[in-house]
Amino acid sequence: MRKHTRRFVLLAAVTAALCVPASGVSAGSGLPTKIGKGEGQLNLIAWEGYTQKQWVKPFQQKTGCIVHATYAGTSDDMVTKMRSGGGTQYDGVSASGDASLRLIYGGDVAKVNPKLIPSFKDFIPALKSPPHNTIKGVHYGISLQWGPNTLLWNTKKVKPAPKSWSTIYSKKYRGKITVPDNPIQIADAALYLSKAKPSLHIKDPYELTQTQFNAAINLLKRQKPLIKKYWALASAEINLFKSGDAVIGASWPYQTNTLKADKVHVKDEIPKEGATGWADTWMMSSHARHPNCMYKWMAWVSTPKVQAEQAIYFGETPANTKACAVMNKLSPGSAKQYHCGASKKYFDSIKFWKTPIAKCDNGRNNCVDYPRWQQAWTEMKG
Amino acid sequence: MRAARLRFTGLFWRHRWAKALLLLAPPLLAFALVYLAALVALFLSSFWTVNAFTSEVQHIWNLDNYRLLWDQGAYHKIALRTIGIAAAVTVADAILAFPLGYFMARVAGGRSRAFIFVAVLLPLWSSYLIRVYIWQLILAHDGVLNWSLEKVGLPAANIGYTNWAVWLIFTYIWLPFMILPVYGALERVPDSFLEASRDLGAGGWTTFRRVLLPLALPGVVAGSIFTFSLTLGDYITPLLAGGASSQFIGNVVYDSIGSQQTPFAAAFAVVPLAVMGAYLLIARRLGAFEAL
Repeated sequence: MRKHTRRFVLLAAVTAALCVPASGVSAGSGLPTKIGKGEGQLNLIAWEGYTQKQWVKPFQQKTGCIVHATYAGTSDDMVTKMRSGGGTQYDGVSASGDASLRLIYGGDVAKVNPKLIPSFKDFIPALKSPPHNTIKGVHYGISLQWGPNTLLWNTKKVKPAPKSWSTIYSKKYRGKITVPDNPIQIADAALYLSKAKPSLHIKDPYELTQTQFNAAINLLKRQKPLIKKYWALASAEINLFKSGDAVIGASWPYQTNTLKADKVHVKDEIPKEGATGWADTWMMSSHARHPNCMYKWMAWVSTPKVQAEQAIYFGETPANTKACAVMNKLSPGSAKQYHCGASKKYFDSIKFWKTPIAKCDNGRNNCVDYPRWQQAWTEMKG
Repeated sequence: MRAARLRFTGLFWRHRWAKALLLLAPPLLAFALVYLAALVALFLSSFWTVNAFTSEVQHIWNLDNYRLLWDQGAYHKIALRTIGIAAAVTVADAILAFPLGYFMARVAGGRSRAFIFVAVLLPLWSSYLIRVYIWQLILAHDGVLNWSLEKVGLPAANIGYTNWAVWLIFTYIWLPFMILPVYGALERVPDSFLEASRDLGAGGWTTFRRVLLPLALPGVVAGSIFTFSLTLGDYITPLLAGGASSQFIGNVVYDSIGSQQTPFAAAFAVVPLAVMGAYLLIARRLGAFEAL
């Protein structure tokens, strides 16, 4: 019996060794020069609200590529999903700036040829080759939309209208506050501290020294007893506001639009301290099984009409400048509301999500890197 | 052809073990490959590390993950919360299941017993998620509970998105897993024992305490294995119905996998395994395995 047991353990160990995933994947080689025939299927990972029927249905009719979309709640979630099944499970992802570089350096996404995207030439200059998706002139994706993370509140319950992020750190709305369950939320705390506590000298909320980082974590620890719930999916925050369990919180414009459509009295704004935000890119897996459909998709979502539809639906700003006119046609005043064709000054005022790394901009290795952000976030919540 | 068949059956007749091996090989192989190999892989990967930037797993052996679990008070708190709520759910389920199991086993007639059986098992037919979401609707700020309280003039109970909600929902969801073994154990207690107890002058309470409960205890412990282990490994109810301080071990594991920290997730997943192992040893002492 003893012998048998030992043999099973050995067998198990060998099997386990075989199960160890092979690490290191090669990036796709050689750029395509034209888009071939569609493969009939397209598997996407997207933010909630990015694959609406409104523009997916005509795409399917036009190209024959049937879209299967999976929502992700955080950038971490997106990276994990992109790597599942050795990277063959999904063809593309709508990655934000805090995921895109991780995907590029992890070898998970392919180089793409922007010449195959006709609308690319109409993009605002800042999003043609932004540092979050273009490395040394090589494109690893096509920019999509961008926007700020906002402060959302129930206008019936929160009076007067809040002007500062301090509202979600104050006791006034204790037990009625909700913020995203996302380590990158530490940057929001850091952004608030950069204005509220100038003595910390926070310049970039994603590049924090240990002292600055600790100050942000301490702020979040003090905030925790005030929080009703950390939301993981946008729909969870929508439910919290609908039921009245939360009356104020950090949000995306998508939630505001959905709640307003449901006749909930809410309003959102960029508080005086400014805001963090996202600049999203459609990226293609380096092991995509449906690359032609993915190219067709990237071309489709870059067209002015789809850009405008998505911008209005989600409440964000399109990369394509030609979308502004369409936006106003679809919903008068929406181009201005969502800063379509905004100045470089406005664009630069938003602190876009990026992956915190140990090397700060000043060249020194004294910043807190992202794994420690994730860890601190989990521990703060614990 | 016939000869070949005879030789084949003859082989099995002469070597009994060959037959047993043939019968047992598929489940044993599945057990070794799927279950043990997964556990071994889990255990091994808990000693690995992750590249800070690309988040790829690197096979560098170290104890950092366990050191982190040991050093950080937050993880102790999460582990204790998980074990504590699992224990509270188990106790609540045992208290709820005992009278119901007793009624089913010793009082109810054939028809009403069948009816109760269906009533106990019926919730298991609907999706786990649906049941959690229904509780969310009941407990929400503008939910059924607060609406009812308001109608009878009581103050609102804001237990939505708290650990109370998590405890309540778990108690509800795992209750059938406690009722069935308790019922089985109570049914096996011979009537004559209870009569003898009464004849010897014991009242209802004494009979319960000194005869019924000790005899039914293995059933309760068997049920507690289900309620305790199911709660211990869950992450969905805390995620959906929990509040700001409702993280379970499962949630940290889920988040860590989500943030590519697979080795750390593996290390934390070893904790409930160890807890459950200890629990099963105690349960075996109490005779739970005979009541399963």
